[in-house]
Order: sequence, then structure tokens, then C-alpha cells
Amino acid sequence: MKDAPGTRDYDWWLLAILAAICALGVIEIYSATQGSSLAGMHMKQIRWLAIGFILMFALSRLDYHLILDQAPILYLVGLGALVAVLLIGHTHFGAKRWIQIPAIGELVQVSELVKLIIIIVLARFFAEVRSDQLDLRDLIKAGLLVGIPLVLILKQPDLGTALVLMPMLVVGAFLAGLQWQHAAIISLAGILLVGAVFYPPVSRRILKPYQRDRITSFLHPEDDAKGSGYQLLQSKIAVGSGGFWGKGFRNGSQNQLGYIPVRYSDFIMSAWAEEQGFKGVLLALGLYMALLLRLVQNAQRAKDRAGMFLVMGVAAALGFHVLVNVAMVIGAMPVTGIPLPLMSYGGSATLFVFLAIGLVMNVRLRRFVN
Amino acid sequence: MASYVIVGMIGVLLLGFWKLQVIDADKYSSMAERNRVREIPVIAPRGRMLDRDGRVLVDNRPSFSVLLLRDDPALVEKYLPGIADGIGIPLDDLKDQLSNTKNLPKFQPIIIKPEASDADIAFIESHHSDIPVLEMISVSRRRYLPNGFLAHAVGYVGEVSEQQIESSNGKLRPGDFAGKFGLERQYNDILIGTDGKRRVIVNSVGKETGRLSTQEAIPGKQIQLTIDYDLQQVAEQSLGARPGAVVALDPRTGEVLAMASHPSMDANDFAVRISAEDWNKLNESTEHPMMNRAIQAQLAPGSVFKIVTATAMLEDKVPPESFTTFCPGYGTFYGRQFKCWVYYAKTGATSHGVTNLHEAILKSCDVFFYNVGMRLGIDRLSYYGSKFGIGHKTGIDLPSEEPGLMPSAEWVERVYHRKWYPGETISVSTGQGAVTTTPLQLARMIGGIAMGGVFKQPHLLKDAPNVGEERFPISESTVEKITDAMYGVVNEAGGTGGQLKLAGIEFSGKSGTAQVIGYDTRARVGKTKQFEDNAWFVGYAPRRNPDIVVAVLVQESGKHGGEAAGPVVRDIIKAYYDKKAKKTQGQYTAESKSDAAGKGSTAAAIVAPRVVLKPDNATAVVPTHGTPQR
Repeated sequence: MKDAPGTRDYDWWLLAILAAICALGVIEIYSATQGSSLAGMHMKQIRWLAIGFILMFALSRLDYHLILDQAPILYLVGLGALVAVLLIGHTHFGAKRWIQIPAIGELVQVSELVKLIIIIVLARFFAEVRSDQLDLRDLIKAGLLVGIPLVLILKQPDLGTALVLMPMLVVGAFLAGLQWQHAAIISLAGILLVGAVFYPPVSRRILKPYQRDRITSFLHPEDDAKGSGYQLLQSKIAVGSGGFWGKGFRNGSQNQLGYIPVRYSDFIMSAWAEEQGFKGVLLALGLYMALLLRLVQNAQRAKDRAGMFLVMGVAAALGFHVLVNVAMVIGAMPVTGIPLPLMSYGGSATLFVFLAIGLVMNVRLRRFVN
Repeated sequence: MASYVIVGMIGVLLLGFWKLQVIDADKYSSMAERNRVREIPVIAPRGRMLDRDGRVLVDNRPSFSVLLLRDDPALVEKYLPGIADGIGIPLDDLKDQLSNTKNLPKFQPIIIKPEASDADIAFIESHHSDIPVLEMISVSRRRYLPNGFLAHAVGYVGEVSEQQIESSNGKLRPGDFAGKFGLERQYNDILIGTDGKRRVIVNSVGKETGRLSTQEAIPGKQIQLTIDYDLQQVAEQSLGARPGAVVALDPRTGEVLAMASHPSMDANDFAVRISAEDWNKLNESTEHPMMNRAIQAQLAPGSVFKIVTATAMLEDKVPPESFTTFCPGYGTFYGRQFKCWVYYAKTGATSHGVTNLHEAILKSCDVFFYNVGMRLGIDRLSYYGSKFGIGHKTGIDLPSEEPGLMPSAEWVERVYHRKWYPGETISVSTGQGAVTTTPLQLARMIGGIAMGGVFKQPHLLKDAPNVGEERFPISESTVEKITDAMYGVVNEAGGTGGQLKLAGIEFSGKSGTAQVIGYDTRARVGKTKQFEDNAWFVGYAPRRNPDIVVAVLVQESGKHGGEAAGPVVRDIIKAYYDKKAKKTQGQYTAESKSDAAGKGSTAAAIVAPRVVLKPDNATAVVPTHGTPQR
């Protein structure tokens, strides 16, 4: 029989953390765009957040077992959408990532939706592996499930989003009982891949020119005065010059004069760190840590394996986003185009996070085994 | 375990921030202060304009613009009143400029005064350290010849409009200059060049502290014009203070040798930024100094049009060539009396007697052409007028050319929804009524007829590719009779240009005087200036296949065509042959204008002789369509 979720069962702590992060984002988007031609962007972000909250509550009402039952169909829809975006998608910034939703006329970044579908598909897959050890057959199957959409997303090209699929697979496989030999092989393959990306004779064959430029300028920022090396340098200058106390709201020169690249989106943490200083960073990263820990706690309390895999998939995706984005802002990773969840401006990315949290709520609401 | 991973990850990231924001904070703070790269545009100078001999007609002069650095809004706020005071711009005006540009990145300075005066430069230099938000850049400005010399053909530049920015594919930015009128606009793409940029390091308020790299500006290309400076000078001087226009063409090539329009304007006034008040004054002036009368004045051609009527008569043989009329000083057509100019002549004679075509052109007898026009009908007149270019733009390489009008039965039907009145044909046959032309059209038409029906497209760009040409072959005997008659106008007894004779030159032409109001009306209201005539003379030399054709319009001169406009044509044609004579004797150079080899005065030194002539040329009076007088 079904449990009857009530409002008291929602994770109000999680929602409070979520709301606090969103508030920081809106404040910094306002500060970064006021007085420029982008002024008013924070209002658009608030609109996205409102839609996100509604979608989150809607998704939490629908029993996640019903959603897991539809995983194969969702998977095919996701692949279909990825193919469609390659065929008829809208091109911005040199990549085909967007598709127009006919009824509302908004552009939706399809790969964000696909991330959600992969979380669901992997949760269903790993939940059905009924042993403590994950054998090679199942590992390869899981790899293929992630590999096909990953290649399609790389075609767009969108390296950042493609990368986000990897931690979902890795975390899922670990929890499903990955054997140490397989773990070793995967680690080796990963190291080889990273090495290949940084090794020019190989990277020339597998990476797009702009991706190679980002790698090169990450390794040698001084050679690249106006490109992405320059962006990373300007971001570091912004963060560093903020000091411990920060330059104050609307007062960061790197931010206000437009030296920080896409300061309202991918580099919003850079703008935040400049204006709010290390104390502001402590607050923001503290909130993210609380969010991730709260997710893990919810996973542990899930009533079944499927629920646990769902929540951990969400945690893996969000954790990876935070890690890669913030590491980029402090110049410790190349520019990948991965936004900071809930702080960066963006419609599709924001909706993805809320839908993912909606899945978590869903699992939590049904955590009491009947 | 997952919790430890999360705490560890956040911890590592925090360590990264700690390193940047606490350990290395000073280093990055000074980088933020110091390491600001900025692009400063380097304005490309516009191309010069040269005359046909390579003499400079338009070039550039250096100047300074005042910049406001907006990096620090608090500083801008603080110093704004002082700046407004120091460089004499109202504070509200400065604030408007700031709010208009608030969407541009703050590290982009704005130009608050495009032309710094000596006092401004002194002010900025003496306050270099205590007003940190003020800066100057050097720019180049257009320099035109003074006193409106060739002003209408050359045109002027001005700040680009929003439409120009949109259609330039990002090449133009607000505050840039581009051609607005005349050749400056026509050949803007050639003249404009490509701006370069300088990458500089600026400090926290935006002042330059070092230079990284410079991309040189590519100057605009210079253009050579067909204008002859010497002839232009004669044209400007000879027309003098009277309103009117001069066009001199080489009918063999279509090259424009001189083009003047008076009253003129001084384009140096717009080379920077003209005040709204001055601009409105220029545009609303009843003397229309902004109008290029040579291509924009559409006026009745008067008796010059008789050349069209005469050519139509000879070509159609309607009436036959032997046709003669008796001119008693007036004629009655369709129940209405049309007077001949001779009826009002001051000499006392009120009749031309019996005239044939040759004499009628010489004496400009209206009654003869009334009769010819009545027999030809409006369709034939309109056909020939249109073939000779009336009602069509000549296609000269200048913007805003007007087409004039060749009325026809079809035209009144379309515009006025009525039938053509036969009486209107009588007016049109002598260049009155609704027919209007520009000076350029008349020069092209008379030159083309004297060429035997070859009409070259007039143009101002020397060595222009693809010069258009229209051919309307006229029979040899017709051309001979028409050109003989135009030669007679100047060189035979009784011709309306009899006083214009030039020794050794086959100076030919046709005068015209178009009434602004009718003779009888004028007799009623008395002779006041604003109702006086438009005097025309279109002259050329030699008699066949001319080297040069000159059309001159003198407006409201109170004199008749041969008398008011004829001497201007004569001065230019004389200057042309004087210069040619010196050139062939190898003694002419562009700079030396004072050698004695020519006959008499040289081109530059000519002072317009004002030959006093009898009123010898006129046309009849039908000021309005379809309302017969009395």
C-alpha cells in the first residue's frame, strides 16, 4: 500500500538551504548586471526559481516507483531529444544545445533534461542488480547506458555536461558493489583519458579546437592574453583582490567594470568572492556542503535501494557541478562551461536542479517502509 | 563515507580560496588596480579629395576631443560640476550624455566635447592631476575650402545616425563620423578607412599607464574628382552673391568640370558638431543654403526648352521646315491670347515680324513656337523632352538628385484626374507651364543635342568606371540647323546673346527667362524682388561636338537670361580656352596662374564682367493650368 505524504514530511531543512543558496545567487546576479544592458536579469532568475519550486513540488507528489517503471521510455525520449537537438536545434555560442518548446516559445537546453533521465535510468539499473558485487557484464551495460547519450552530448559540443554524466556512473557503481579490480581499470582508463586530453598529439584528434585552446591556456595562461587563460586570470584577480572581507555589494571593480567573463553565470562565484570576500565564500561553500550532506542523509534513510540510488545520483551530479565550477573560478581547473547550481543565471540548469531535488523529496516522502 | 568525501572536497576548495584571498590578497589587489587592459580606438583619417589636376580640395586637420573616464562613478559625480565649468558644457547636458551611455561598459570612456578649444586644452593640462576623470585624444577633422567653395558637390560629414550604425555591420560606433551629404556621402565607403586600436594598461580610474600593442589605423583612400579648380573658382566668383547655380560639363565624357550653388554654406561648421540652433537656422532659411540648386532646383526652363520644340519640329517635319509665322507680339490659341516677350520689350518694338525657325531661335520668338507646339501636340513634345532627359534623374554620383518634370496627357490624368487642356501645350512649347528641369539636366541636354544625340552620364569621380550613355540619334541636318541657330544666338545680329561673343571661340547657346508670375500680374502688383524671373543661359563651344557645356541659373535677378546668366557662362568658357591655350603652349602649371601667355586675364583673376544687355528674351505668360486669363 502507498504511504500518504503530508507537508510535515518534506525536508524543510533542505528547502531552507536551497532557498538561502538561491538568495545569494539572485543578490549577486543583481550586483553583476545592474547599470548594464543586462540589468533586470535577477528578476528573470527569480521567475525561473519560482517555476522550479512549483515543478519540484509537483514531481515530489508522483511516486518515484512509477517514474522508475517508465525508465526505458524516458531513456528513449532522452536519446530522441538529443538526436533532435543535433538536427533542428538552435545554435548559440557555436554549439547546438537548445531546442524550442512550441507552446511557451522558450529555448530549453536538452542535455539538462537528459542528466535527470540518466539519474533515473541508472537508479533503476543498479537497484535491479541483486547481488553485493557488481560483475563485469553489468558494469559494461551501465557504461553503455551512459556512453550513448554522452557521445551525443559531446557532438553538440558540450564537454561540461558530458563530464557530469561520469560521476553519476562512478558513484552508482561504487554503491552497487564495484570490485576493486574493475575500479583499478576504470581509474587507469580515467587517468589515460585525462593524460590524453593534456597531451597535444592525442588531444588534437579527440578535442574541438576551442576545447584544446582551453586546455592550453589553462596550462600556459600567460600565452593567451585575451582568451580563456585571460578569463581564468581575471577570475583569480577578482577572487584574490576580494580579500577576507570583500569589496562590498556592487563594489567589485573586476565585476562592475566587466573584467570577469560571464560574471552572472559560470563565473558568478568569482563575482561573489570579489564582493563578499573569504567570509562570503565560507557562507556559500558552507551552504553547498550542508546541501550535499543533507542529500546523503536522505539517501541513507531511503526505504529501498532504488530510492537510495536516485538520491545519490542527484548528490553526485550536484557535487560534481560545485567542484568543477568552483575549482575553475579559483583557476585550479580549465574552463568547462559548467554552471554553479542555483547561483548561476540560467533557466534549464535551474530547472534541472529543482527537478532533481524534487526526486529527492519524493524518496524522502516515502521513506517509511510500510 | 560519502559525507567525508563532501567535507573533504569543500575543505580543499576553501583552502584554494584561502590561498587566493588571504595569503595572496595583496598581490591580486595590486593586479586588480594595475592590470586593466583597455582598447582605445585610433581614428583613421578620411581620404582626401583632389581636383582633376591633383590639387587638394578637401583634407584633414588635427584636433583634440575631450574624454570622460567613467570607471569610478563616485569620482565622476564629484568632479562633474567642475568639468562642466572648466570646459563650458552645461551640467545637465553632461548628465544627459552620461545617462545616454550607461549601457556601455564602464571602462569605455565617452567623448563629452568633440572639439576642444585652446582654453579647454589648457584647462585639461593644468588639471591633469587633480581631475583624474578627464582625458584628451587626438582626432582628425575634415578641412574644406573656405567660404563655401564647391560646398554642395563635396558635401559634409557628421556624427553617424542610428540607421547608419545599424547598416554598417558593426563598422561604425556611436560618435563616429561619416559622410552625410554630397560626395562625402556618395563615396563614404572609399573615403572612410578602418580605425585601428591601441591596447593600453590603465589605472583604477582609467588613465593610461602603459601600452601593450597598437593596431595601426588604415587611412581612407583619396579620390580624384573631375572638378577643375580654376573653372570652379571662375564659376563661384562670376555667380557671386546672386542665388543660382552653375554646372559645367565635358559632354564628350560626362565629366563635371565645375558645380556651384549659391547661397552656399561653410561645411567646416559641421566638421565637428553643429548646434541644433545653427542647424535649424540653416535648414529653415528661406534662401535654402543647404540645397544644391545644380541638381535639386526644379524650375521652368523657359526658352531653353525651345531647343526641344525646334528639334521635334525638324525631326517630325511638323510643321515643315519652311514654316514661317508673323509675330504681331501675341497670338490667340483656343480662344485665349498668349503674348510674346517682344510685346513688353523696352526697345519699343512690339513685333518680330515674319520669322522662320532660325530667326525664331535667334530672337527667341514665342509666337513662332506657340504655333509649332500647337501643330506638334503635347504627345510629341513630351516624347522628345523625355528622350532628352527631362523628368529623369541624370544619374550623377551625388545623393538627392531631383528628376524635374516633363508633363504629358498621361501625367495630368494620373495626377489631377482630368484631361489635358490644349492651351497647356502652348505654354509647354516655350518651357512654361508644368515643365521643370534642373541646371544639370539642361547642361546634359544641350551638350547631348550638340553631340548629335549622345548623352553621357554626368559624374564627379575622375576615371569612373562604367559611365552610362544614352543615345537618341538625331538626323545630321537637324543637328546642323539647331547648332547653327544656337551659334547665331551669340554670334549673329539680333541674337539674344549678342553681347557674349568671344573672339576665336565658337561660343553657342540658348537663353531662357522663366516667369515666376505672369507679365500682366506683374504689371498689376508692380515690380518687386520676390516675383522676378529665373534667368537661364546654357552655352557651349565649339558649335558641334563641344568640349564644354555650361548651364547657369540666376534666380530672381530681375534681368533676362542672356543678360544675367550669359556672362557667367561666357566667363567659364573663356577661362576654359585660356587655360587650354596655355597648356598647349606648355606654359600652364596648376600653381602659376599669372603668366601672360594667354589673351588677357587668367582664369583665377577674372572678375565677372557685368555686360548690360537689352531685355531680349522672354516667354509668354500662362502661370496656371487650365485657367485662361481673361
